[in-house]
Amino acid sequence: MGRRNIPEVNAGSMADIAFLLLIFFLVTTTFEQDEGITRKLPPIPPEGVTPPIIKQKNLFTVLVNKNNDLLVEEEVMDLKDLRQAAIDFLDNGGGTNEKGEPCTYCQGKKNPESSDHPNKAIISVRNDRETEYATFISVQNELVGAYNFLRDREAVRLFGKDRSFTKMDSILSHPQTTDENLIEDLKDKMKTIKDMYPLKISEAETSN
Amino acid sequence: MSKFKKKKSGELPPVSTAALPDIVFMLLFFFMTVTTFKKDDYKVAQKFPYADQIQKLDKTDPVIYIYAGTPSKNYQKDVGSQPKIQLNDKFADVSEIKDYWFNTLNTDLGPEFRNVAITALKVDGETNMGLVADIKQNLREINALKINYTTRNGNSSKNFEK
Repeated sequence: MGRRNIPEVNAGSMADIAFLLLIFFLVTTTFEQDEGITRKLPPIPPEGVTPPIIKQKNLFTVLVNKNNDLLVEEEVMDLKDLRQAAIDFLDNGGGTNEKGEPCTYCQGKKNPESSDHPNKAIISVRNDRETEYATFISVQNELVGAYNFLRDREAVRLFGKDRSFTKMDSILSHPQTTDENLIEDLKDKMKTIKDMYPLKISEAETSN
Repeated sequence: MSKFKKKKSGELPPVSTAALPDIVFMLLFFFMTVTTFKKDDYKVAQKFPYADQIQKLDKTDPVIYIYAGTPSKNYQKDVGSQPKIQLNDKFADVSEIKDYWFNTLNTDLGPEFRNVAITALKVDGETNMGLVADIKQNLREINALKINYTTRNGNSSKNFEK
């Protein structure tokens, strides 16, 4: 018995089918933007607890008014200068921390009028209810940038060029990082750096 | 010498479309891998401000979304042009955030994520801070403290270019 010849399947409409699928996916899906500035809100203090009094020199106040102007430590400032001002304040190291130790890694001017120790330094951001959200984000971005600059500097000094703080963070949050030892090691190193420059940005309630 | 007879000019051979399905499939797979299905229809403007000190949220992270911004044109005659909050598919009041947060946590994520769930604030750049402050205050009251301000990747000076 001779084998019957199987006729070739016509693939001419394959393109049409694929186009149909493609258009379906184009219409129903979106590019998701899931990146941003991660922040922890302060918990509501229990009743009857008075907040500790903070010395004026350890406080870096940033005021944003409804016209989106910046008032930093009672002086008008441009947004582009904010990062350097915050770095100078955090890195000052003019005094000692709670345990009475001076800041050995600070490279600031050691001005007694400015912050004592990165552990004590607090940045306070206050804004008007009419302030634009984009301005608020820009200010937050510059302040986080100041912290990242200092943390990167110390991480590179302690752990080498490949282990800057932001790099460690991106390795850690990468879904393909699964090596347990590496994760432990990175978490350990990041904790050391975070203890040197703890992120203390207070977003006070908005004023009217 | 008919062997070397010149072809009639102006007659091009037909373009082969055999590779067309392959090309379209390639495009299809690209879109299937890099996009995600729409979760909600945006009824508010979603033009995020720029920032460069950002962290990426992974697809596996437990995330709860809150949208806010100016309502889009079609809805403005119903709800006005002031910035509004959108939860799931509809406009909502600030007071509804708490219920929404717990509902989403329990049905979509699971109660075990109570302390690690991240609330992503997808807020349009032109919203005023009063609304954002109200959202933050409500989140503080239910102890949902991990938040993420969704931004676009770029230099923050772009926020002031109009």
